[in-house]
Amino acid sequence: MDMTSNTSNQKENAPTNVVGKPLDRVDGPAKVTGAARYSAEINVPGTVYGVLKSSTIAKGRITGIDTSRAAKEPGIINIFTHENLPKPAKTPKQIEKWRAAQSYLPMQDNQIQYAGQPVALVVAATLEAATQAAALIKVTYQAETPIDSYHDPKAELFDPQKIQQGKKDAHVVRGNPQQAYDGAAVKHEATYVHAINHHSPMEPAATLAVWEGADKLTVYEASQNVTMHQGALADLLGMPREQIRVVTKYIGGGFGCKGSFWPHTILTVLAAKAVNRPVKLALTRPQMFTGVGHREDQEQTLKMGATADGKLVSIVHTKKATTSPWDNYTESNGKVMDMLYACENYSTVYELARANVMTSVWMRAPGEAPGSFALESSMDDLANQLNIDPMEIRLRNYADYDHSNGKPWSSKSLKQCYTRGAELFGWSKRNPKPGQTRRGRMLVGHGMASATYPVHSSQGTARVRLFADGHAVVEAGATDLGTGTYTVMTQVSADALGLPPEKIRFELGDTRLPTAPGSGGSVAAGTVASSIMAAAQDVWDKVVKMAVADKKSPLYKAKPTDVKVELGRMFLSKDPKKGETLLAALGRSGQPDIEGSGTGKYGAGYEEKNFGQNGADPNNDNKEKKTGGHSMHSFGAHFCEVEVDPDLGTIRVTRWVGVHGAGTVLNLKTATSQMTGGAIYGIGAALMEDTFRDPNFAHYTNADLAGYHIPVNADIPNIQVEFVPESDPYINYLGVKGIGELGMVGVAAAVGNAVFNATGRRLRSLPMTPDKMLEAMRMPA
Amino acid sequence: MNNFSYIQAEKPKDATAAKRDDKSAAFIAGGTTLLDLMKSNVENHDQLIDVNLLPFRGIEMTKDGLRIGALERMSDVGAHPLVAQQFPAVAESLLLAASAQLRNMASIGGNVLQRTRCGYFRDTAFPCNKREPGTGCPALEGDNRNLAILGTSETCIATSYPGDLSVALTALDAVLTLENSKGKQRQVPITKFYLLPGTTPQRETVLESDELIVAVTIPQTAAARKSKYLKVRDRSSYAYALVSAAVGLEVQGGTVRAARVALGGVGTQPWRCFEAEKALVGKPATEATFRAAAELALRGAKPREHNAYKIEMAKNTLVRALSEVAV
Ligand SMILES: Cc1cc2nc3c(=O)[nH]c(=O)nc-3n(C[C@H](O)[C@H](O)[C@H](O)COP(=O)(O)OP(=O)(O)OC[C@H]3O[C@@H](n4cnc5c(N)ncnc54)[C@H](O)[C@@H]3O)c2cc1C
Ligand code: SF4
Repeated sequence: MDMTSNTSNQKENAPTNVVGKPLDRVDGPAKVTGAARYSAEINVPGTVYGVLKSSTIAKGRITGIDTSRAAKEPGIINIFTHENLPKPAKTPKQIEKWRAAQSYLPMQDNQIQYAGQPVALVVAATLEAATQAAALIKVTYQAETPIDSYHDPKAELFDPQKIQQGKKDAHVVRGNPQQAYDGAAVKHEATYVHAINHHSPMEPAATLAVWEGADKLTVYEASQNVTMHQGALADLLGMPREQIRVVTKYIGGGFGCKGSFWPHTILTVLAAKAVNRPVKLALTRPQMFTGVGHREDQEQTLKMGATADGKLVSIVHTKKATTSPWDNYTESNGKVMDMLYACENYSTVYELARANVMTSVWMRAPGEAPGSFALESSMDDLANQLNIDPMEIRLRNYADYDHSNGKPWSSKSLKQCYTRGAELFGWSKRNPKPGQTRRGRMLVGHGMASATYPVHSSQGTARVRLFADGHAVVEAGATDLGTGTYTVMTQVSADALGLPPEKIRFELGDTRLPTAPGSGGSVAAGTVASSIMAAAQDVWDKVVKMAVADKKSPLYKAKPTDVKVELGRMFLSKDPKKGETLLAALGRSGQPDIEGSGTGKYGAGYEEKNFGQNGADPNNDNKEKKTGGHSMHSFGAHFCEVEVDPDLGTIRVTRWVGVHGAGTVLNLKTATSQMTGGAIYGIGAALMEDTFRDPNFAHYTNADLAGYHIPVNADIPNIQVEFVPESDPYINYLGVKGIGELGMVGVAAAVGNAVFNATGRRLRSLPMTPDKMLEAMRMPA
Repeated sequence: MNNFSYIQAEKPKDATAAKRDDKSAAFIAGGTTLLDLMKSNVENHDQLIDVNLLPFRGIEMTKDGLRIGALERMSDVGAHPLVAQQFPAVAESLLLAASAQLRNMASIGGNVLQRTRCGYFRDTAFPCNKREPGTGCPALEGDNRNLAILGTSETCIATSYPGDLSVALTALDAVLTLENSKGKQRQVPITKFYLLPGTTPQRETVLESDELIVAVTIPQTAAARKSKYLKVRDRSSYAYALVSAAVGLEVQGGTVRAARVALGGVGTQPWRCFEAEKALVGKPATEATFRAAAELALRGAKPREHNAYKIEMAKNTLVRALSEVAV
């Protein structure tokens, strides 16, 4: 009775009871009472405080560091610079498979490669003393002229061949895109610019490093992925993984910036070892702009060819972006263009330029968010050019299979999303002619865009311990960004064991727990839920074995393979009335508890295991299918109303509808919140988020939350979110698709499309601030 | 932030004398400007003199107009019925500023003395003539989107006062009452309080180092009663103005009898537009009149790479504000 036999011929997802319900957050009370301790709030006896001093230049070298005044501050324990900080066993560069974003580790020599790079680390008895001492350190530099961006005249664009640590190709071609474009009846070409964005979570990055012996380390880290942090530390320190424990019980948002390994963590760990005390270090808000990556400055040129009735024949995409002096990171914007529509010819090419900036990193919907801004804005233009309704043109190009790889979809409800969204929004009442709808002085516009996000293949392990007294402890080394992992996994466990949610204690965020994926790429919910189901099935197996051997059980002498378990009850498949609960059997056994563990897969791995390499779907007679298996994506549709002040240039979103098809929804409340948050994050990128990097200094000028605007309540209207029912047997046992990023894909385009409908002006440079809107209003429509 | 000592002054003289004797001391009221600047090491003071116990309180009508104690909080003043009814531009300028939490802490005196949001000024990694005279002005060729187009010099183009209240006070001819360590008081019209950057952008106001702001008095006029503050910003709340306008009009039979016009976000100081006012008085209260006045208000504007939009935005803001008070 393992998962394979249980699921191989099923076409439905597991039965549920609490799963899907809008359960309140199980960690809510701890959070609102302050009982929840975030990484920087954890107190270990003897803890001292670390503060980083950041470079004020972006390129050059350190010629001197005068610590004499700083050292006189009371309470100073040590001041580390490149001259006295112990070296790690290896630097990221020396590690063959360095997976974290930045391969450069500062404070190894006197070189400066980017502004804000750490140049000293002060350890003191109090945070205040360390802060003051850091300010008193005098660093002298020999500065050189830095390069600030790909658009710096000194910058040189190059062909990286591969992007993202060699993981992705920098050239992707399908069909004959240029030729198809040249021959197309209708052509559209446009260039889109995306500003530098910073994740800006509420909780800053933080590390508390506690050496419990010369070869035993515990790190409390603001981490989206404790396994990754453990692995990176093991590599850098030359220690076995098991000697390093990484703990993250709560995260105050991350959006990707806590999913990679950054310099502050190892610097703190090295300093803690040197001072032989636990050291706690949190980045300041300005350091959050130069310490944990960002979404890179970038521009995309998109050429689309179509038939006269709006069917795409070619998509030719290029992207230019800034990267660091060492790494070839850039978001893969092309992915979404390759698969969202039916189009036979496609290409994308990435060009990068090195500048004196830290390595950029994934930020919520990396690639999909800026990529969809270009794609969905151009689609809107095309619709307008051809006088076709924007939703209609998307339907005409509806992809019935994934054109990027020829595979059928595991499930796709985009049509239902369009229909339901249009209904909720009142799309049919939209005036297709731009600039026609007024509300007082305001120009009113309506726009829509599609959303999609891939199911990234993933796997993880969980442990379930069911106690005879009717409660259970469920464990997985996952993390909770604040989005609800604690809550939804409690629900999944409750249904797997047939217990009420309050009888489940779900533990996460610790490398001592079974290995689970981090919160990134929207894989956590689907993977951890599957792992819990696998572990629960291990428990089921054991209890079923007990029952069939137990005279007092109604299942006595049954064949274990004839027994099914649903919602905590074992019964004969052929005679469901005959059975009992897991707890009843466990109770009689006299055993106080029983433990199970299991590995669950999410995405392609799950399908391969349960449906075979090429077995796929017997209903799939798609001739173009090149390989086995399905293409797995979630989809959605956004509908947006804006009011534009034509004289002042201000754009306000006044209405929002998002309808999504994302498989099984584990908790309607947390899922709705997450999709709402996605829309808000997208509105931020669309209308205001913009970090300014000075062209001469390659240093940010607005690195705080007064200067870097994120939406406030007044910017956000009532956001209506719905999920269409969708069941997907191929992706995992419960049919869960991740929703962390889906909600923000297409948002900026929906806003821009609404602005176009309101004004007849297309803003192609994000964010769409009042100055840009006003400038566009001066130009003829 | 460096270590500092802290005293609480009970009488004005305690505060002003302590400041006279310690040039590196600073008064602290709500602390919302001061502490930010100290934390980022833009300002370093070895002594803070808390002025919150001083009797600079009260919002009352006097023969010279509405007198507001310098230690009244932005939120209290903004919500006060006298202010809301007689000086709507002042109430609006306060309530559209910052956030509710900040307005609850921030004082009127501190607001008038808040410092520029120029990003170079606020980060000691950069040179900046205002923070460290003679080091240069990177904003000229850099991030000047939020900076001034009027009253600038080659030394500094910052909107030295980036806030809202003083724009309304400038339009409505408010007068500041100052008191020094000798206990001597003087009255300074707010239009004479701020200084242009010239070659000394570090000198921002005429306030002497031992002087306190005691109160601000706003004359009661028909134009003040019919006044408005309009603020344009990057997000709907909790953002500094890109451009703002404080206007007051007295209109009789369709003709403008008196006009008060000031702009925020465009000048190195709150920008009173006397010429625009002259162009309004005696003219019909129509959009054409307002447009002509707006053209005059922005005459001589000197935009840079990223702030040219302010010319048009300021004109439109002014026309909008005037149109709205004219009805
Ligand atoms: C994030 C943020 C957003 C903001 N947004 C806006 C906005 O949109 N619009 C706006 O107008 N403002 C805004 N502000 C500024 C805010 O209004 C000011 O910080 C506040 O008014 C200052 O008052 P305070 O009492 O806190 O001053 P403090 O910080 O205590 O003092 C400021 C300065 O004034 C001096 N001082 C204070 N009182 C006196 C006195 N009586 N006599 C002499 N000197 C004195 C102090 O020594 C100090 O130099 C914002 C501030 C922040 C932090
Ligand atoms: S504009 Fe003024 S405040 Fe800004 S950098 Fe230049 S001198 Fe400094």
